[in-house]
Amino acid sequence: MQNTGTLKLETRGDREIVMTRAFDAPRNLVWDALTKPELLKRWFFGPPGWSLIVCEVALHVGATYRYVWRGPDGTEMGMGGVCREFVPPERAVCTEKFDNPWYPGEALVTTTLVEQAGKTTLSLSVLYQSGEAREAVLKTPMEHGVAMGYDRLAELLASPPAQGTEKGAGAS
Amino acid sequence: MSPDRLDATFAALADPTRRAILARLASGQASVTQLAEPFAMSQPAISKHLKVLERAGLISRRRDAQRRPRCLEAKPLAQATEWLERYRQFWEGNFQRLDALLDELKTGERKAKKEKRKRAKR
Repeated sequence: MQNTGTLKLETRGDREIVMTRAFDAPRNLVWDALTKPELLKRWFFGPPGWSLIVCEVALHVGATYRYVWRGPDGTEMGMGGVCREFVPPERAVCTEKFDNPWYPGEALVTTTLVEQAGKTTLSLSVLYQSGEAREAVLKTPMEHGVAMGYDRLAELLASPPAQGTEKGAGAS
Repeated sequence: MSPDRLDATFAALADPTRRAILARLASGQASVTQLAEPFAMSQPAISKHLKVLERAGLISRRRDAQRRPRCLEAKPLAQATEWLERYRQFWEGNFQRLDALLDELKTGERKAKKEKRKRAKR
């Protein structure tokens, strides 16, 4: 059995959270989906009703990137940072800071793609500046964090084709 | 955690104002006045919410002169595993869409290659 589609999430050391997920596609396509705004906008938007409204990507060292998401009730959540390493199609390292941070300092996000037999494993490491910062993230209740109305996520998972139908439904 | 305590925790978390108060306290302790600020609510109304959160063990009072600021007691709710599970679900939702997108891109690439071969044959 292939283990594509299984997301693994773990803490490493006392400052890091690491996520790995395999995709049934060659590395160059996964890289495209992670770095091209027109592709990012099609999958990187969280729960249904949300959309990625600003998507400026960093494609070389020193460049800045910025993402802003908007929810069905108009809530916006933004984040961005600076690219520190950029090695297509295998590795990128960027700083990450949210507009309304809920942890101190900024985080360093390392994305790596490893291809094997036509399948690609994505590994995403988030390294916080301190153990306290990671603790703050782990202890964050409910709607903070990457969380944008997680309640609606259960609906998404229960009925995959439903995304989009709720757009604009607001707080009804 | 005892079932009673768990019930109290979930009941306390069921209210959006109380969740917002917890979110505020996640970034540091605050006085009742500070906590009341973002809400169109009287201080006594906020105090009621604070009492519920306190009974659930989610917040505590610091003895700091007259201010008695509230602070977050993360333990009852913030089992790291629970957060990680939510984080996982969030990303999984995104990644399932990415799976579909990648399938589409693969199909597109295959078609493009076929076209190329056809053209080369001519």
